[in-house]
Amino acid sequence: MSQLFFGYFAGMIAITSILVVALRNPVYSALSLLVMFFHVAGLFITLHAEFLAAVQIIVYAGAILVLYLFVVMILNVTQDDRYHSQWRIAGVVCIPLFIESILLLSGGAGALNTGSSSLQSEPHEAITANNTLAIGKTLFSTYLFPFEVASLVLLVAMIGAIVIAKRDIGERDA
Amino acid sequence: MMTFSPTDLFLILPELLIVTAACIILVLDPVLRASDKDGLVWLSLGTLAVCMGLTASQMNTSAAIFSGLVVIDAYGAFWKLLLYFVTGLTILLSHSYLKEERLYFGEYYGFVLLSLLGMMVMVSSSDLLTLYLGTELMSLSLYVMVGLKRSEPRSLEASAKYFVLGAFSSGILLYGISLLYGATGSTRLPEIAAAISGRNLDDPLLLFATILLTVGFGFKLAVVPFHMWTPDVYQGAPTSVTAFMAVASKAASFGAFLRVFMEGLGGLKANWSAMFLLLCLATLILGNILALVQTNVKRMLAYSSIAHAGYALIGVVATGHMENSSGIASVLLYLSLYAFMTFGAFAIVAMLRKGGIEGVNIEDFTGLAKRHPVAALLMLIFMVSLAGIPPTAGFIGKLYVFMSAVEAGLPWLAAVALIFAVISAYYYLRLVMVMYMREPSDLSSTSPRMVMSPALSIVLACAVAGVVIFGIYPNPLVNFAMQAVSALK
Repeated sequence: MSQLFFGYFAGMIAITSILVVALRNPVYSALSLLVMFFHVAGLFITLHAEFLAAVQIIVYAGAILVLYLFVVMILNVTQDDRYHSQWRIAGVVCIPLFIESILLLSGGAGALNTGSSSLQSEPHEAITANNTLAIGKTLFSTYLFPFEVASLVLLVAMIGAIVIAKRDIGERDA
Repeated sequence: MMTFSPTDLFLILPELLIVTAACIILVLDPVLRASDKDGLVWLSLGTLAVCMGLTASQMNTSAAIFSGLVVIDAYGAFWKLLLYFVTGLTILLSHSYLKEERLYFGEYYGFVLLSLLGMMVMVSSSDLLTLYLGTELMSLSLYVMVGLKRSEPRSLEASAKYFVLGAFSSGILLYGISLLYGATGSTRLPEIAAAISGRNLDDPLLLFATILLTVGFGFKLAVVPFHMWTPDVYQGAPTSVTAFMAVASKAASFGAFLRVFMEGLGGLKANWSAMFLLLCLATLILGNILALVQTNVKRMLAYSSIAHAGYALIGVVATGHMENSSGIASVLLYLSLYAFMTFGAFAIVAMLRKGGIEGVNIEDFTGLAKRHPVAALLMLIFMVSLAGIPPTAGFIGKLYVFMSAVEAGLPWLAAVALIFAVISAYYYLRLVMVMYMREPSDLSSTSPRMVMSPALSIVLACAVAGVVIFGIYPNPLVNFAMQAVSALK
């Protein structure tokens, strides 16, 4: 059963990813990206990582994709052929990736398994418990300090964007 | 599940005070009238003074807090005290400079403090995740500060360039951290050290992690070949921000970098020191040679700051060949002495005005000795110190670094560095020659003039006092650096 779901999600992710780069209309590209994000979230759910799935939808589908659509609509780039003549570059990039995947599938697979065996014992704990609860508890106890620093990073980013973009009010009343 | 106690909060009181002050500034700024905004300067300076006292009292504590993610020790205290001092000078300099530039941003002081907070997190984190977040906090604030002169395209270009390359280097650093986590199963430095004891770089995962961490930090430290952003950003940024970046951000990056490589990757000492030897040589050669051909003083000082990172790296390389950590102590000493002279030099550049803009070309210094003897004398002292001529602080710094290289059995490295120190004297002393030997071309209103203010006088007095006093009597600072390094595991 889980194999079936994995096959469906993985297949859809592959197809929609190709559509993102192959479609000529940027709005259609963005929409197939959206479909892809939802399927990645589905993949997380099959791994019992519902928190990650929710974050995937909220952050990527909710925030980042909306940003993309805004850019596409504001710049009005409905038909721009500049980015469709890059197949040569794509071909060059594909070759090492292809070789790498062949290597991983044949010889490298054994090496990978030995490396990850020690790490496999840990995730089971998180799966049995409610993992959102577990993440929340860790975030607000063990990782409280970095969590607070991260909140300051966001504060700086937000105020910084406003300061850079606002009009020169200060210079006028001085 | 409570994993921290009120004592933890007490130990990070300086950090909490800085955040509070920064937030108060950000909130008060829109409601204050332009004439009342000096209050924000005094608020920041007062906070820094209190924090300085608090951190000084933590010199002898050694505590891992917040479940081992943060450490409060003498090593962190050394860097924090240096950072408070530099930040205080930056705020004083900015007070006069921003007025000259007609940049009335109260938020500026908030960003300076938040950037300082990021640096404090960097130097006191014993966990790579915390360290990364500290780096981001520092860099994000700096990106904004670099782009503050929005009317000038060069400033915006510098900000964009710094942002893109900074984000890129953060990505590399993060990749290195994740590989190190994969290789050792932890992000905490003591656990990483335990996991890699007895291993060496034959492990490909560890090798890649070390290389990526080096590249990530290399960008922050501006060592060759990761220095490309430095001259453009230093030139485009408002000069007070340049001084802050050249001194504070470099000091904090060195502080974090040394802690990671000593406490976390100390077991690979012999391996990484060979890598840093290459970076060190490339930095010394390229930094000094390129500084020779600059006609813009800010660019020249940018290459000079690259070259100085190279001298500091000599101490790091030396540590790899030694049992004790006196090499690291020489790096701490070098960077704190470097802070005084570089900051002083940038302060003079900031306040030399030509018409409405900064006089940043070497020709603008022509005959400065005739018109502003005091400013010219101070610049002379800073330049002599940067060149490393006794009896200034720059000489003491180089002396200790070279001594650690000789002690580590690398006398040839000290010799090469000495040759480049002599070459560097050419471009530092050229500026002195222009100031003293040439007559001012004309005394019309467009000729460059110095803008003096009480705040600027304090900045220059502090900088020159540091250069002269530590040049003659460096023992207190040497002992302090030794004490700080002994806290490093």
